[in-house]
Amino acid sequence: MTAVLWLIPIALLLGFVGLLGFFWSLKSGQFDDPAGDATRILNSDDRPLPDDKAP
Amino acid sequence: MGKRALNLSDDTAASPTRAEDVMGCPSGLQKQAVSLEDPYAEQLDLTPYVSSDSNNAHQIDLIVKGAHCGGCLSKIEKGLTDLEPVSQARMNLSTLRLRVSWRGEKEFVNTIIERLSNLGFGGAPYDVSDSSTQKQSETRTLLLAMAVAGFAAMNVMLLSIAVWSGGEEMSVQTHTLFHWISAAIALPTVIYSGRVFFKSAWSALKEQQTNMDVPISLALILASGLSLYETIKGNPDTYFDAAVMLLFLLLIGRYLDARLRFQTGEAARRLAALQVTSATRILSDGSIKTVPARDVMPGDRLLIPAGQKLAVDCIIETGISDIDMQIATGETKLRSYGPGDALFSGTTNLGAPLTVKAIAKYSDSFLSEITELVEMGQQKKGRFVRIADKAAKAYVPVVHSVAALTFIGWYMFSGDLRQSTLNAIAVLIITCPCALGLAVPAVQIVAAGRLFKQGILLKSGDALERLAKVRHVIFDKTGTLTQGRFSLENEKEITAENLALIGSLAKFSSHPLSRSLSIYAKDLSLEKVQEFAGQGICASFEGKTIKLGSASFLDMSLPQASNTHIGFSIEGQSPLSLQMQDTLRPDTIDTLKSLQSQGLSYEMLSGDSEAVAKDIADQLGIDNYKAEVSPRQKMSRIQLRMKEGEFPLMVGDGINDAPALAEAYCSMSLAGAADISRASADIILQEDKLSSLPLAINTAQQAHKRIVENLTLAVCYNFIAIPLAVAGLVNPLIAAIAMSGSSLLVTLNALRMAKLEA
Repeated sequence: MTAVLWLIPIALLLGFVGLLGFFWSLKSGQFDDPAGDATRILNSDDRPLPDDKAP
Repeated sequence: MGKRALNLSDDTAASPTRAEDVMGCPSGLQKQAVSLEDPYAEQLDLTPYVSSDSNNAHQIDLIVKGAHCGGCLSKIEKGLTDLEPVSQARMNLSTLRLRVSWRGEKEFVNTIIERLSNLGFGGAPYDVSDSSTQKQSETRTLLLAMAVAGFAAMNVMLLSIAVWSGGEEMSVQTHTLFHWISAAIALPTVIYSGRVFFKSAWSALKEQQTNMDVPISLALILASGLSLYETIKGNPDTYFDAAVMLLFLLLIGRYLDARLRFQTGEAARRLAALQVTSATRILSDGSIKTVPARDVMPGDRLLIPAGQKLAVDCIIETGISDIDMQIATGETKLRSYGPGDALFSGTTNLGAPLTVKAIAKYSDSFLSEITELVEMGQQKKGRFVRIADKAAKAYVPVVHSVAALTFIGWYMFSGDLRQSTLNAIAVLIITCPCALGLAVPAVQIVAAGRLFKQGILLKSGDALERLAKVRHVIFDKTGTLTQGRFSLENEKEITAENLALIGSLAKFSSHPLSRSLSIYAKDLSLEKVQEFAGQGICASFEGKTIKLGSASFLDMSLPQASNTHIGFSIEGQSPLSLQMQDTLRPDTIDTLKSLQSQGLSYEMLSGDSEAVAKDIADQLGIDNYKAEVSPRQKMSRIQLRMKEGEFPLMVGDGINDAPALAEAYCSMSLAGAADISRASADIILQEDKLSSLPLAINTAQQAHKRIVENLTLAVCYNFIAIPLAVAGLVNPLIAAIAMSGSSLLVTLNALRMAKLEA
């Protein structure tokens, strides 16, 4: 039982970290332009990086 | 910042293959700039669209036309950052928006547009409206709510499975602990993610109405409240897992629905942004300035160059010219107007430049009457009840009275207050309209998504429901069944040499008739080309004068018929008559055929003259047509059809169709249509292809079938589940299985929709 008492908080924490990661990626505009990003990676430089409020 | 621009240009030089990347783009090197649609838009004063800060830093959002791939993207970004003052250019390929920032002069924006045009792309300022940003944040809120609900659902389910499988072996302390952890995850989630439903349910209740969100909210609140009570008491059964699972599944549906609506709305706005209209104002000192159409005031003197669309209603002061009234009246034949004549906004000046006096503002012009009619029609659209709301209306009272009866029955039977409350709540939870709430949106999302890929934009999910019931299609003629463009009718009567001459000469003029003739152009050397606005064009070829233009210009007589006639002459030879006619869309006949095979009837309403309408109707084999119909008459025709219970679908593109589009049970417009008719239609065919119409109707009918199936499934499920709940046999495990099972079933059924053929 004591193992479970450790494991549950750890599992919840990991899940929570994942959720925060998703929030961060959304906020940093990584889902704003999937079509553009997919082709941008083929360019030899992908500057300029998007600003916070990319169009 | 300047340094970065330098780096970029170095980099471009180091990779010369870039150009080839661009060539591989399906669009090729786009030569089509905005200037084609509105010849003066390039000179339009764009500074009102520029946002600046105190530091002399400016920024503008543009919609880019013709960008399709990564090559275009890097070409645009590099091309613009190469300009010295530009600090940043970032293109979004998903929304086709471009944001450019620069320092220094505000007027530099014109250079940006020019550069974009030189690169082969059209650019138009994009007014970021409040409604669009609001919609975007709405989608984002839903996505966050969904993410939180997903996280909670997975973790609570994990704990619940442990409790279920633990059974008798698990000590009371352990599962109480598990329940407390579940409560700690589920309660904040229900509050955070459930807001979406609570808000909507509350606003419905305030107006003394019910919608689907009322039973959803009630079930969420009761399920979590009851579970919390049971947890505090240390009892074995809680419904946290059912509550968050329900929340998660419903939010998936909501999010996908909102995203689709955002995408289609965005695409519609993009079409509108690309048609910026401008007007050329004559200032008191005689100089001219191009301003956005909405800034024109009554009394302003305007210059209308040949080829420009009139932005406002006006009266001609000087000049005589041919006016194309097609988009306003549906008439294809050009008419000549002179000083003192009043002109409608939306019409195009095809002949000589005119000076005119504006008699109305942009928003009050000819469009205003039309807009009023459109608004009247759109308000009435509310009378078409959505299927989901119909279902909710029948469903809510039934479920709630069953729950009440369960409570009363159990209380009378056993006298145990807790047991009766528990069973009544179980009824509410188990009948919770998870399947019902998903049944309709799931199908609509799948169908609308497929149509979107085919270039068919659905403005709303209920447009799909209405389209499925359509039994009768009413077409506009010009621009809908026909291309609204001219072609040479008597091509066979003219020799190849003459045809080549005509084409080469026509190439020098931007008149629509000339433009349609220029396809015959060959590489001939013409000299001394001279265009006489409103009359014709002449040049010398191998020492002889050749002329193309109106009858009076050539000094010849042309037959007066339904078609538009112009003449062509070579010095020393008798002049030729050229018959120009509006041609059918290549896919019109096939479209009508497949409509017929789908069992739909159709008719044609045209604002054009009887002779022209009859000609087209004969070509298409339409017996049922009407010519010389005014916008108001079109509308009353629709009303008549509605009374007859025919559920008419109106397809049109002109300003004169807009009231009919708004009035019709369902309506469809084309991408090239006038702003107002696109705005009043339920569905927009984005690729200007009429053949998408049968496809759309077919998909709508399929979707309708799936919706009915799904609702039936949901009702069947309730027939099994309700007796169990009333009998008090439902425990959390059964609730969870029933809930996700039924949701899965309706979603899978929705996905079963046949793939569309391209």
